[in-house]
Amino acid sequence: MTNADVEVIGVGMHPFGRYTESSLKDLNRVACLNALIDAGIGVRDVQAVYASNAMGGMLQGQEMIRGQSVLRDIGIERVPITNVENACASGSTALRQAILAIRAGAADVVLVAGFEKMFVDDRSRTLDALESAGDLDVISGTGLQFTAVYGMRLRRLIAAGSLTLDDLATVSVKSHANGALNPYAQYRSVVTAEEVLASRPIADPLTLLMCSSICDGAAAIVVARPGVVAHREGRPTVRVRASQAASGFTSTGEEPGLTEICAASAYEEAGLGPDDVDVAEVHDAMAPAELIAYEHLGFCKPGDAGALLSSGETSIGGRIPVNPSGGLSSRGHAVGATGLAQVSELAWQLRGEAAQRQVDQPRIALAHNNGGWLEGESAASCVHVLERIESWN
Amino acid sequence: MTTAGPRVAPIATPDTAPFWEATSRGELALPRCRSCLTYIFYPRSHCPSCFSRELDWTVLSGMASLHSFVIAHLPAPGFDPPYVIAIVELAEGPRMMTNIVGVEPSPESLELDMALQVVFELQGDVMVPRFRPVDEGK
Ligand SMILES: [Zn+2]
Repeated sequence: MTNADVEVIGVGMHPFGRYTESSLKDLNRVACLNALIDAGIGVRDVQAVYASNAMGGMLQGQEMIRGQSVLRDIGIERVPITNVENACASGSTALRQAILAIRAGAADVVLVAGFEKMFVDDRSRTLDALESAGDLDVISGTGLQFTAVYGMRLRRLIAAGSLTLDDLATVSVKSHANGALNPYAQYRSVVTAEEVLASRPIADPLTLLMCSSICDGAAAIVVARPGVVAHREGRPTVRVRASQAASGFTSTGEEPGLTEICAASAYEEAGLGPDDVDVAEVHDAMAPAELIAYEHLGFCKPGDAGALLSSGETSIGGRIPVNPSGGLSSRGHAVGATGLAQVSELAWQLRGEAAQRQVDQPRIALAHNNGGWLEGESAASCVHVLERIESWN
Repeated sequence: MTTAGPRVAPIATPDTAPFWEATSRGELALPRCRSCLTYIFYPRSHCPSCFSRELDWTVLSGMASLHSFVIAHLPAPGFDPPYVIAIVELAEGPRMMTNIVGVEPSPESLELDMALQVVFELQGDVMVPRFRPVDEGK
């Protein structure tokens, strides 16, 4: 154990979906209390909070102090609360800040709270808020939508022969099948490839059943310096092996992309490579984005994503299951909570608590969360690597 | 499905005003760095490659190629779906987000890397650059 060691000692979620009767406070309360109970601690044990939310300013009008306003609801006051926004990567960015705070010696037990409420009276307000995930000086007036950035990337890969429309449908079928097993998921229905391809076009080539949608939800994580909180009897230890972030740039399309850069830093910090990863949650705002992530995270060679998918190795039961939770596209994408929902899923997987979604004895888990966009590249990326310390027996 | 409100018009700043002055004349122009010769999109006060502030506004050819596109089927402010959202690569190098017009919004009528030329459309009180396929036979 070194001074840099940080453990994930508690995780919790409010199910993702449509909760018109619930406020941000209601969603956050459930996730945070679940995470604190999971960690076996109380609100008085929390020494600092990083609060993650992306759209509460535009959608709830709470432009400032979102963390302080929701956390006082559960009696978390007085301790430092820092508000974090990085579009869809807000949650993982907040988690990274919590990890850095512990490594810096500023706190021993830190709560990361992610909460988002996207269902509001008028859907066009939510779409406007999502559009602000781009540089408005550049995109305003083009009618740019969230889906378009992914759609344009995928179209080039299809044209180059690296992917087929069937691959896009197949990965969506896999996400829905996993989401159907997840009690926290927004979409819990199994779909067929025919249904995916026949569903309403959103941003051709993307169809409705490939895409994440408007979503309410919350997720929370407790991280701690090892040994500070009494270890729960029989509970496997989940340790942070890497926590990396990077920002987007004006891309020529030739150099390594943002995810590749961020993943390379994470693998270096962990002293591990893509072959060591046993389970991953990757950023798939549209299910087919998972295929791009295979290549950028090094799970396969460039051009082989379709083959890796068809091999079944990324399904639950395969060599490297990806998005066992159902991913953003099926578990749901409550923007500020998404990165923490990914880490919740991975903690459950590493501890062997993922019930029907459980993958076979994973030791190393990877979470990949991107946010926003700048001319065809994401604006923010975070990659976390987690390890189960105890052996499986 | 209805259109979601009026189309958002770009707002000119001191750094971008020459861009909009050019579009009102029917020209596409970008600042070019005098030191490293980079064309700079979006327009700003300095070169992002070498940080020089010695920039020359340069009229571009208006020619581009289609990097990629989607056919958007959801309404956006001022747009009636379906419409085309695209990234084009200007002949001078920079890529920009734009719309493709003057063509049926269907995958069949658009091809990656096809040649495009700039056109200007009035939006609010500014002329906004968009692109359309190059006329055949010209
Ligand atoms: Zn320069």
